[in-house]
Amino acid sequence: MKSSRHPSPVDSNVVDTQAVDAKAETNRPPTSWPRPWWIAVAVALGLVVLSVVSRDGGGVNLLNALVRLTNFVVIPGISYGCQLALGALGVTLIYAVMRFSDFAHADTMAFGAMGVILVTRVLQGMGISAGPLPTALLALPFGILGAVTLALVFDRAVYRFYRRQRAAPVTFVIASIGAMFATNGLVRLIIGPGDQRFADGARFIVRVQAFKEMTGLSEGLALKTTQVITLVVAVIVVLGLFFFLNRTPLGKAMRAYADNEDLALLSGINPERVALWTWIIAATLATIAGTLYGLDKSFKPFTYFQLLLPIFASAIVGGIGKPLGAIVGGFVVAFSEIAFTYPYRTILGYLGFETDSLAQLLSTDYKFAVCFIILVVVLIWRPRGIFQGRVT
Amino acid sequence: MPDPFLIGEAVTCGYGDTNILHGCTISVEKGQIAVIVGPNGAGKSTAMKAAFGLLPLRGGAVRLGGQDISRLTPPDRVAAGMGFVPQTNNVFPSLTVRENLEMGAYLCPQNIEGRIEQLAQLFPILKECSRQSAGELSGGQRQQVAVARAMMTQPQVLMLDEPTAGVSPILVQELFAKIQEIAAAGIAVLIVEQNARQALSFAHKGFVLVQGKNRFTGTGQDLLDNPDVRQSFLGG
Repeated sequence: MKSSRHPSPVDSNVVDTQAVDAKAETNRPPTSWPRPWWIAVAVALGLVVLSVVSRDGGGVNLLNALVRLTNFVVIPGISYGCQLALGALGVTLIYAVMRFSDFAHADTMAFGAMGVILVTRVLQGMGISAGPLPTALLALPFGILGAVTLALVFDRAVYRFYRRQRAAPVTFVIASIGAMFATNGLVRLIIGPGDQRFADGARFIVRVQAFKEMTGLSEGLALKTTQVITLVVAVIVVLGLFFFLNRTPLGKAMRAYADNEDLALLSGINPERVALWTWIIAATLATIAGTLYGLDKSFKPFTYFQLLLPIFASAIVGGIGKPLGAIVGGFVVAFSEIAFTYPYRTILGYLGFETDSLAQLLSTDYKFAVCFIILVVVLIWRPRGIFQGRVT
Repeated sequence: MPDPFLIGEAVTCGYGDTNILHGCTISVEKGQIAVIVGPNGAGKSTAMKAAFGLLPLRGGAVRLGGQDISRLTPPDRVAAGMGFVPQTNNVFPSLTVRENLEMGAYLCPQNIEGRIEQLAQLFPILKECSRQSAGELSGGQRQQVAVARAMMTQPQVLMLDEPTAGVSPILVQELFAKIQEIAAAGIAVLIVEQNARQALSFAHKGFVLVQGKNRFTGTGQDLLDNPDVRQSFLGG
């Protein structure tokens, strides 16, 4: 292991925590679920399935329950999870490279999405469309350009100053809160605080009616174009990002800088260049996430501002600073939010448990509480997240 | 008399209000090994940092091959041909061994394969563990990767801050042998070392620092033979 001698007090404290982290990381035994749990869960599920199927029309009821669950929990969970994951990736990258939590990230999403909406309107006015796909996809590069410009302006005007001062992370956090309010105000000034819908093209890939006719089930299933686009775009972006980080010299340099700033300097890696590309990538991810979210639901500056909490929760749950963790965290948070606030009455009805209550664990008003609960639980029992991110 | 290849001359520097080095001089020639020894707090590591530009000088100058480099930033000094292996945190723990070496070659990524191949003859572990992340290696392996990363910058001067700290005693001898091989290839090697007796036995030049000043300077053998040095710093 590392030298056990005490490092001189002049060594920067960032370096010290890393040494401790590295030690903890290598010594930690691999964690795994205790097997009996799995068996118990499997048996319970099997019993439920058996009891449902054994009744009259039980098989169909089970299918109906599954379809309803897919329609209202699984599909929305996947697309919301992708959106959160893309947002959390940006937060986690900024944290890994610049060592602070960027509070302005959700508003960068709004700013990027706003650019996309404005260009979409122009394109629509010129009669340009992407056929069955939303026009917003054509406008995406312009939105990205806008968000990257904004991020770089903030970097030059604000963050670079503190970087040169080697300011404490908390200073950066406070500065980013300022950037958050500034961006938020800018967005509301330009596009207004109201709701904007900008999805066009084909709305559905599978319609409820068509699904019912096709399968003969009483429960319908809808698959929106935006949900599929979200998944496809997210997969492409994540693959691209991982290729960049693991295969290209610049991506490796970014990881190296995140790992050990001082040694990166001794290898001739230019911190300003790393910072520049981190902002470019984070703003790109933010714009894509914001556009997908807006297409899927709708665009409203205040809603985006509120996305900050689930995005931070995702990044922290997964282990902040770990890109893979941000993705897993995004899905954990998205599915928890939806699963805890969905009323299960109809599904329980199909399974033979008639009830008068909504069978909803929490009202949808409390979906932020779900984020907080996840955060608290993770910070108590696994403070460095699922993938053991860094803690400063 | 011409300047030594690397010289930190009459260097004064420190942290905050206090100076740690007071007009301290260290130097090393190409193909030779210079060792800095001294008690704890003598300013050995500080002298290294000053020579590499990690601390601003308050007096004196650093010259490399006759050129004054006192005002160059550390990355510029890397480009000028200086390699530095810090005492701790000297690898990128989450990067693989191979990626660590690539980072060493970040400034001049030509012929990476050939350079790795060459270094792997000196440190076979570079090939054996090339896909393992550096954080998983043992202390001794990690030091080898650290030295190799610095060597990937193709330095003319290699500076090592306590390369044997945390390395098991059996491997210390091996590591020293490899450092001697590096010097034999025409590179100037400057080492701060705790194993003073061992290091001085092969050093071409030794500097004994006490409280930020040169106390004794001479060839390694001179210092080992000097009764004062033995009495005070080598435990008799």
